[in-house]
Amino acid sequence: MLNKKKLTQQQLFLPIVCVLLVLAVNIVYDVVQGRDFYDFFKIGIENGLLSGRIISILNRGSEVAILSIGMTLVVSASAGTDISVGSVMSLSASFCVMLIAGFGVSSVSSPDEFAMPMVVGLLGALLMGVLCGAFNGTLVAYLNIQPMVATLILWSAGRAIGLLLCNNLIVYIRVPEFGLFGGYVGPIPTPIIIAAACILVVTVLLKKTALGMYIQSVGINKKASRIAGLNSQRIIFLCYVLCGLCAGIAGIVASSRITSADSNNIGLDMEMDAILAVALGGNSLAGGRFNLAGSIIGAYTIQAITTTMYNLGVPSAVSPVFKAVIVILIVAIQAPPLKAWFKRLSASKALAGKEVANG
Amino acid sequence: MEDNIVLTMRGICMTFPGVKALDNVDFTLRKGEIHALMGENGAGKSTLIKCLTGINDFEAGEIRVNGIEGPVKNHSTLDAQKVGISTVYQEVNLCPNLSVAENLYIGREPMTPFHTIDRRTMNKKADELCKRLDIKVDVTQNLENYSLALQQMIAIARAVDMDCKALILDEPTSSLDDSEVEKLFKMMLQLKEQGVGIVFVTHFLEQVYAVCDRITVLRNGTLVGEYPVAELPRVKLVAAMMGKDFDDLASIKPEGFGVDKDAPLEISARGLSHKGTIKPFDLDIHKGEVIGLTGLLGSGRSELARSIYGADKAQTGTLKVEGKEAKINQPIDAMHMGMGLLPDDRKAEGIIGDLSVRENIILALQAKRGVFKQLPRAKQEEIADRYIDLLQIKTASRETPIKQLSGGNQQKAILARWLATDPNFLILDEPTRGIDVGTKTEIQKLIIQLASEGKSIMFISSEIEEMLRTCNRMAVLRDGAKVGELDGELTQERVMAAIAGGAENAQ
Repeated sequence: MLNKKKLTQQQLFLPIVCVLLVLAVNIVYDVVQGRDFYDFFKIGIENGLLSGRIISILNRGSEVAILSIGMTLVVSASAGTDISVGSVMSLSASFCVMLIAGFGVSSVSSPDEFAMPMVVGLLGALLMGVLCGAFNGTLVAYLNIQPMVATLILWSAGRAIGLLLCNNLIVYIRVPEFGLFGGYVGPIPTPIIIAAACILVVTVLLKKTALGMYIQSVGINKKASRIAGLNSQRIIFLCYVLCGLCAGIAGIVASSRITSADSNNIGLDMEMDAILAVALGGNSLAGGRFNLAGSIIGAYTIQAITTTMYNLGVPSAVSPVFKAVIVILIVAIQAPPLKAWFKRLSASKALAGKEVANG
Repeated sequence: MEDNIVLTMRGICMTFPGVKALDNVDFTLRKGEIHALMGENGAGKSTLIKCLTGINDFEAGEIRVNGIEGPVKNHSTLDAQKVGISTVYQEVNLCPNLSVAENLYIGREPMTPFHTIDRRTMNKKADELCKRLDIKVDVTQNLENYSLALQQMIAIARAVDMDCKALILDEPTSSLDDSEVEKLFKMMLQLKEQGVGIVFVTHFLEQVYAVCDRITVLRNGTLVGEYPVAELPRVKLVAAMMGKDFDDLASIKPEGFGVDKDAPLEISARGLSHKGTIKPFDLDIHKGEVIGLTGLLGSGRSELARSIYGADKAQTGTLKVEGKEAKINQPIDAMHMGMGLLPDDRKAEGIIGDLSVRENIILALQAKRGVFKQLPRAKQEEIADRYIDLLQIKTASRETPIKQLSGGNQQKAILARWLATDPNFLILDEPTRGIDVGTKTEIQKLIIQLASEGKSIMFISSEIEEMLRTCNRMAVLRDGAKVGELDGELTQERVMAAIAGGAENAQ
């Protein structure tokens, strides 16, 4: 018989509490400012496009959400992080734009000037992501190099290769079709649709196949998994490939937003946000058991914090400090020693209550 | 507190999610005695010890230690050491890459006036300590250069040197061979002379009667009783542990359970080898046969089995499975040929700790089906429930992480994993290590039942008696080579002689 778990013991309890916390700050601030308490949740339509803070968070958080999918799998299977995803995003974007515009061209403004059809560029970006993932995966799974060290290579080289591909230029593709992936489909921001599609595909993959169990099993005990018939190396390799693919997709979104490939800025520091998203989701960075929903909630939490900073009018130069404080709080309440302390505290209170009742 | 008592535990209660692990348990340790703590898997032995050493937080009851006012509650092993309680576990918890002396004095190194470690004094003290306890090692060598038995003795020396009044030995002998066990016992008796109280947890009944003075028996988290050794003969001890009289172990092999040389071959190996672990060997295994691999620890028993299964890929030779040439590069290939391997190192190669009992049981079957053919959840649950019931795996639920189960129940779950794949050739490497007597018999019966269904079993065990009860043929290994086979009437003398050497016995 299964014991029904208490609400507070559910795996997603803390990540959700974090989100609610961020929302509460917004609500309180809005009320103090004399705005409606539901101001934060207002979804309006401006010029035929959805608008509002919730929409903005979902839209802006798309890249990190997509990255966090791949990162979750990598962390689970290899007990390490892929720190190259930000650079791979940038590299994929550069490759995509280079294919479309042609090498050495700095700007195209109509589809007639395309060197290759846009589809080729998009597929190229995905392929580049997969190749980078395969490179990382080979180093980690087959050569047993520590994930941090293995992915450090592309972390530092990725952007440089991207710059080479773009002949040291910021290449612009000022064509509405290219801007679609960072723009809108009807009234809905496309990045939201792309992120939702990625989440859906991976969720179905994990639900309908045994891949999720394989990944966790390998992450928990590589040797035992091998004896039980799993190809541990191939599974770890596959996780890195999927992570690279996610970075490729995020790269397309990011470059489409600015209709250009800015090698130095696309996905900058985003690997750290993706890792943070995994941690905020209650996943152990030591590998093993994972919870994809947690990571995704984590990704949007990070974006919600950033948006909240704007809302509170915190100058963008100092907002990292506030963000850091909030992250420390969120991570601390999930830390096992503090959790145990809370548990003891509530237990002793309950005991005291009983004694009073008895006395 | 009486003067001759080291510590008492009274009314200890402890609950794990869904299971009452300890219910009102008492335990008393006297000075200068070796006190066996006995019980089946999951009876609460480890839990009780963890309460004592501060790893578990017990809910009710009290612990008193001689020389200390009031009840003692330890919150860490460090606390426990401060009140004179030291523990040595089955797995040695020392640093293999440090010297013996460093291991002995880690965290309490003698210092020079310049606040650096005074190595000369440390080595001198370490050397004296080892001499006093009759441990023959060079204290400046790294720990990893010594056998597991010596490492264990060094761990004990460390505990003893920290002014310990109570020494807890949790399954210290399960990876030692007979002569090593002998050495350990000598050391235990020496400590006993010095007035240390020793708690000895083991599954080996002979060892209890060899060194212990007193036995405390637990069953299902409750105390059965405390007895002087003389008043509790073997059969009564087993009955107390199981809560019932059990049928004689010797009688499980049916009449006429011999080698059927006409049965078709399941496995036929020619010149298989793995560099550095097992020299080229030939081996034929018939259907419906239980073949035992015997030899001293490190003689290549496990390695022979692993080279057939592809856990360590064979570098030379050919293997035929059911008459067909088999190319085995890794375990999954062997599984597709109908093999299974229960490895001897349960923790490192058996369990997937954080996964549930259900997932651990269906893992191999799922791997055999392939990633895209996921077993439906209902089917997974049905399989898990069937084996939990069949092998009587004690678990709060099928969704409990396997690491929360006791060692023996983990072993049963891994056995279930292989039974679920319905193998034709199952290799069981030390399947009964760390398992209580009752379950041992069950597993032995299961082996014989599988064989009678026409399956072939390879059985590896350090306990010769157990092999004699189940095998109808044995292969003998020595120094990484297969040196002979024994069939016909298997007796302890013949097997011992074959292991020890002398080619005339092993043909």
